[in-house]
Amino acid sequence: MYKIKINERFVEFPDAPKLMEVRAKFKPDADLVIHNGFPTPDNLLLADGDSVVLIRKGEKPPKDELEALITARHTPGVTEKVKSARVGIAGLGGLGSSVAIALARVGVGELVLADFDVVEPSNLNRQQYFVDQIGKPKVEAMDENLRRINPYVRNVLHRVVLDAKNIPEIFGGVDVLVEAFDTAEMKAVLTNAMAGSCPGVPVVVSSGVAGHGPSNTITTSKFSNNYYVVGDRVTEAAAGVGLMAPRVGVAAHHQANCVLRLLLGECGSESN
Amino acid sequence: MNITVNGEKMDIPEGTSAAELIGVLGLSDKRVAVELNRVILQAGSFAGTVLGEGDTLEVLSFVGGG
Repeated sequence: MYKIKINERFVEFPDAPKLMEVRAKFKPDADLVIHNGFPTPDNLLLADGDSVVLIRKGEKPPKDELEALITARHTPGVTEKVKSARVGIAGLGGLGSSVAIALARVGVGELVLADFDVVEPSNLNRQQYFVDQIGKPKVEAMDENLRRINPYVRNVLHRVVLDAKNIPEIFGGVDVLVEAFDTAEMKAVLTNAMAGSCPGVPVVVSSGVAGHGPSNTITTSKFSNNYYVVGDRVTEAAAGVGLMAPRVGVAAHHQANCVLRLLLGECGSESN
Repeated sequence: MNITVNGEKMDIPEGTSAAELIGVLGLSDKRVAVELNRVILQAGSFAGTVLGEGDTLEVLSFVGGG
């Protein structure tokens, strides 16, 4: 028997089916046919274990299919692995808000989000909030935005000023922690607190994301066992050197991809 | 006494602490993470950590922005 996953349901076929036969049988009006994460117009011969997602553009899918359709373009195997993961994000500013959105889109099962602040106008040049959210606590605003993107992610919210004592308490149980603070002092506090109390938790820290210097000077590198550093390690936010969406976003997505690679068990070399 | 800091050899006096090394490097102890022989030092332990011959350190000095 050939077992094919069609819009998240397994269907068995006695002989290897062809892709367009599956479309004709299960959703003849589908105008998007995605085979193992990749859209194709070709009438491919399917193999046992293949995944097929059939989408009619503009149609709101039934609730029990939506989750599978959201992740239809994922590399096969990714969804299952990240769905059971819990990731912490310390700080929901320029880095943290973009990391949270990337990880919600990829379908991480649970996000533990901590920030004390409210959304204010100068955040909007780089942080993933909206004008009508000004004044709202960032944890609440981000929870709203994430649920609009992927309602299948659980968000655990902590509106709190983080410090050396509560960081290990809040984040001790996560699979990976993202440091997304603004100040150098807090970046150091988090690194030292987690290394002391939770040395088994991988941490992705950031340093050097300001300005509009070259994107390619931002790297992901290993600092210590379980510690990864994203940024150019040099360019500090200061009078005359601002923080803006493009370069902060490059760094945030380095962090998010490092998290994804850690969850998939693909990190570990010197450079990532 | 010879140690290695961020891949570079350094000659420092016997009895130098991690805190003193951070000062020699011109860094602030409030903004650094220090890995000594593959283990990150805990917060507050820099002054009490005396370095020894052949120690290998990675010093990460954070800059602000995010």
